Amino acid sequence: MIRFRRGNKRSKPARTVSGAQQEFTFTRRALFVGGVQGALGLALAGRMAYISLAENERYKLLSESNRVNLTLLPPRRGWFIDRYGKPIADNRADFRVDIIPERVTDKQATVRELASLLDLSDEDVTRITKELDEKSGFQPVQVASGLDWERYAAVSVRLPDLPGVSPRQGFSRRYPAGAAVGHLIGYVGTANKEEYDKNKDPLLITPGFKIGKDGLESAFEDSLKGKPGAKRVEVTATGKIVQELTTRSDIPGKPVQLALDVDLHHYAARRLGRESGSVVVIDCQTGGILTLASMPSFDPNSFSDGIGVSEYAWLQQDDHVPLRNKALKGLYPPGSTVKPMHAMAFLQEGVKPTDAIICGGGRRIGNRFFNCWGNHGRTDMARGIYQSCDSYFYHFAQEVGFEKVAAFAHRLGMGAEFPLPVTSQFYGTVPSPSWKQEKYGEPWRTYDTVNASIGQGYYLANPLQLAVMCARLATGKNLMPHLIMDQEPPKPESLGFKDEHIAYVRSAMKDVVNGPGTAGRARLPLDNVLLAGKTGTAQVVSLSVGDGKNTRWKYRDHGLFICFAPYDNPRYACAAVIEHGGGSGAAYPVARDVLTYLYDKRKAMDSLLALEKQWGGDIQQRMASDLALFRARRDNPAPDGPTSDGDTASSQPAEQTT
Amino acid sequence: MNARSNGIVPAPIAELPWKLMLLLFCLAGFGAVVLYSAAGGSLLPWAAPHLLRFTVALGLAIGISRFSPDFWKKMTFPIYGAVLAMLILVELLGQIGGGSQRWLNLGVITLQPSELMKPTIVLTVALFFDRLPASKLHSFDAIWPPLVLMGFPSALVLLQPDLGTTITIVAGGVVVAFMAGLPMRLFVGAGAALAVLAPLAFFFGLQPYQQRRVTTFMDPSADPLGAGYHVNQSAIAIGSGGLWGKGFLDGTQSHLNYLPEGHTDFVFATMAEEWGLVGGIAILIGFALLFSWGFRVALRSNTRYGKLVAAGLTTTIFFYVSINLMMVMGLAPVVGIPLPFLSHGGSSMLTIMICIGLIMSIDRKPGRRGGAFSS
Repeated sequence: MIRFRRGNKRSKPARTVSGAQQEFTFTRRALFVGGVQGALGLALAGRMAYISLAENERYKLLSESNRVNLTLLPPRRGWFIDRYGKPIADNRADFRVDIIPERVTDKQATVRELASLLDLSDEDVTRITKELDEKSGFQPVQVASGLDWERYAAVSVRLPDLPGVSPRQGFSRRYPAGAAVGHLIGYVGTANKEEYDKNKDPLLITPGFKIGKDGLESAFEDSLKGKPGAKRVEVTATGKIVQELTTRSDIPGKPVQLALDVDLHHYAARRLGRESGSVVVIDCQTGGILTLASMPSFDPNSFSDGIGVSEYAWLQQDDHVPLRNKALKGLYPPGSTVKPMHAMAFLQEGVKPTDAIICGGGRRIGNRFFNCWGNHGRTDMARGIYQSCDSYFYHFAQEVGFEKVAAFAHRLGMGAEFPLPVTSQFYGTVPSPSWKQEKYGEPWRTYDTVNASIGQGYYLANPLQLAVMCARLATGKNLMPHLIMDQEPPKPESLGFKDEHIAYVRSAMKDVVNGPGTAGRARLPLDNVLLAGKTGTAQVVSLSVGDGKNTRWKYRDHGLFICFAPYDNPRYACAAVIEHGGGSGAAYPVARDVLTYLYDKRKAMDSLLALEKQWGGDIQQRMASDLALFRARRDNPAPDGPTSDGDTASSQPAEQTT
Repeated sequence: MNARSNGIVPAPIAELPWKLMLLLFCLAGFGAVVLYSAAGGSLLPWAAPHLLRFTVALGLAIGISRFSPDFWKKMTFPIYGAVLAMLILVELLGQIGGGSQRWLNLGVITLQPSELMKPTIVLTVALFFDRLPASKLHSFDAIWPPLVLMGFPSALVLLQPDLGTTITIVAGGVVVAFMAGLPMRLFVGAGAALAVLAPLAFFFGLQPYQQRRVTTFMDPSADPLGAGYHVNQSAIAIGSGGLWGKGFLDGTQSHLNYLPEGHTDFVFATMAEEWGLVGGIAILIGFALLFSWGFRVALRSNTRYGKLVAAGLTTTIFFYVSINLMMVMGLAPVVGIPLPFLSHGGSSMLTIMICIGLIMSIDRKPGRRGGAFSS
């Protein structure tokens, strides 16, 4: 009806000249505006087509990478097992909580919240806060591991309020023998910034993943590591997991089998008690290292969990240096333990066993008189060994020439660095005229021969070298010490000693223990196995400071003992060194009990348990109480000043030896 | 007219512009579908209220259309005065409350006066040019009154501060003035002046957050987690949708919250992710039909007021659509303008439907030929 009117009524053209113009202008301009709008609409359609068609692939990828979060699953680390397959290091399933610094919004509040949820100690909080400041980006900071389900769940349900906190189920490293294997196996830990920067392997910053940090854990990293699994999860913008898409499980690392007898090793570590010392046991058929104990040590379990500040301070201040592997890095003058080996050297150079000298409380060598520790009268080779007569060795070393003796010592492994997968070993010194000339530019003097002939002077050896020397001497075979279990038994070459010479030295060493020798109390408490050994005492300071026994701990003599058993068909060779033990009397009871353990575990354990009662428990109990004491003292220093710890004396009376 | 002769359907209902209403139902219905998906497959909290609002607003539009253009012409200045008063009230309340305020809470409904000013300014400027004698079109008298009329509300809205709405209000008035036949040189000159003044305004007139939106628009990837996040995620949503989209309820950008404001300003991205280019083109066609209807009403109208109002209001709706789509596709800064019929939100729906209602009113009564001078 309305539209009917349109167009059929053209009224008063005169009045609407400008009106018609206006209408014309409007139409033109409205069409223009509409045209612009249409053009813009086409442009928008074009733009959208460009984004969604031409750039579709790119945006699809971006959308997927928004949506899908790839999480690496840390591989289970390969085990360390001993020669019988018993685990030395394995993995324990546990619940853990980490923090990813990059994703945390309020560090203070997050740590506070976690501390109350997980019951963290002040020390843990300090450590976490410090690590949060030091670590950057996506490197996880461990908050706690080995959690029970309740506490794990307590954190998990609060995740939306705790950005950057990552609770997960995983595995943590476990060392059943604890501190006993600390030095040998090392420990694991999260990769530090330098390690991550090397190749930016994302696995290194995956929470729960740890790499070997020391000892064998570090040396066998490549084969222990394994391959990580992966989990693809769909996440929201705020990081909440919507669903798991796919999961590829990890490939665990390969186990490493050691030649070690972990029970024996653990026993030896326990038997060292409160002493600072080491025990090495070598298989005389293969050269496999059965025991490489060094105590005191650190507990790799707590190192692998991220050690507390006070525990580390406690380890550092201990004068028994629990952070050093003394079996490889402790260097001691071997003292009289080299005498049987020197005797074998004399035999090789044509000295007859029956050749004897007169010890008159010492002996004139060249134009000086050198004291012996006793007056042994007429002394042949056997008596020289079992009575440990210094005069005998002064004389024949001078006669044979120490260059030759030193060369022989090298053949038996003294001064050697063995091809072992360890971080470092200190290989010491076998002094000789040429060595002295080269090192000091000074000629070799008679007193050098005298000192060196009884394992003093420049002579330095580590406990492993002493054990190897003893094993080679006992077997006459060129045994190579090794930590890794052999695939097939090695056939060590003969060192070319005559059987009668070997038998002679064995017998003389048997008499040290079972005859008229210096270590009668080292006899094995067994009917059928005879121990052969040699005592040694290494002076730490000159006699002017003290007599090496009744003085402050750090001035006392080192006690050494090398031995093998059975004496006539050596199966095991052993070296024991007790730092500042006050003489060899501190060392040979340890060696005796360790070898006893190989033949009669019950007897050995009985004597150990009796001793541990006096010492205040086994290694773990003692470490726990010592640490508690250290913390208590640090927090509340005694009013009368710190008491000296220097007098943790051996419970055995030291025995007279040179 | 054919419908009118059908005796079964009552005349007032048969008279309704059913084609247009079908188009609006399609657009708003599609909006509800997208909002249903944005809520993770739920009518609440967005889809159902959206439809309800649309229905109520459509009723309002039909109500508006029952009044003749002459009525609205008489009401234009009173409405202008009322909305301007509301803007002042909002500003005063903001001053008292100690912060910027855009909303007026009337108990039943919260009103955003700056939204209402968008159609109001079109009516007002159109009325001015309707009353202006043709002979004065090229004089200064044709220029300063519209500038004053636009100036007051613009200044008040700019104070809020709401740059996006200010620009829409000014643009609405300017387009009406342009179509009314002001000399072309004025617009060319103003455009040139704007080109000079825009940088100055940017550095001295904009709030830091507004400046950031503009710089981000220039290079969204420079700050992917900050201000550029919206634009990047929006482009990812649209781009990953492809031709056919990821499928209804299968959008990841929106459902996993990567896309911010997926139910309001960025609803188009939410739609495009699931419906692809096809859905986007469908929406563009829908709007094109709406705008061509608006312009056809303008061209058909016989009164100068009717022509200017229909074309101006159509352009006002166009501003919403184009600015929103350019923003969503990274062609304009993020200014916070919703997409008509699709975005969740009451105030803009009200504004749009007021515009539609007024155009419908003009459609019903195009006026007598030459009506410009006969009222």
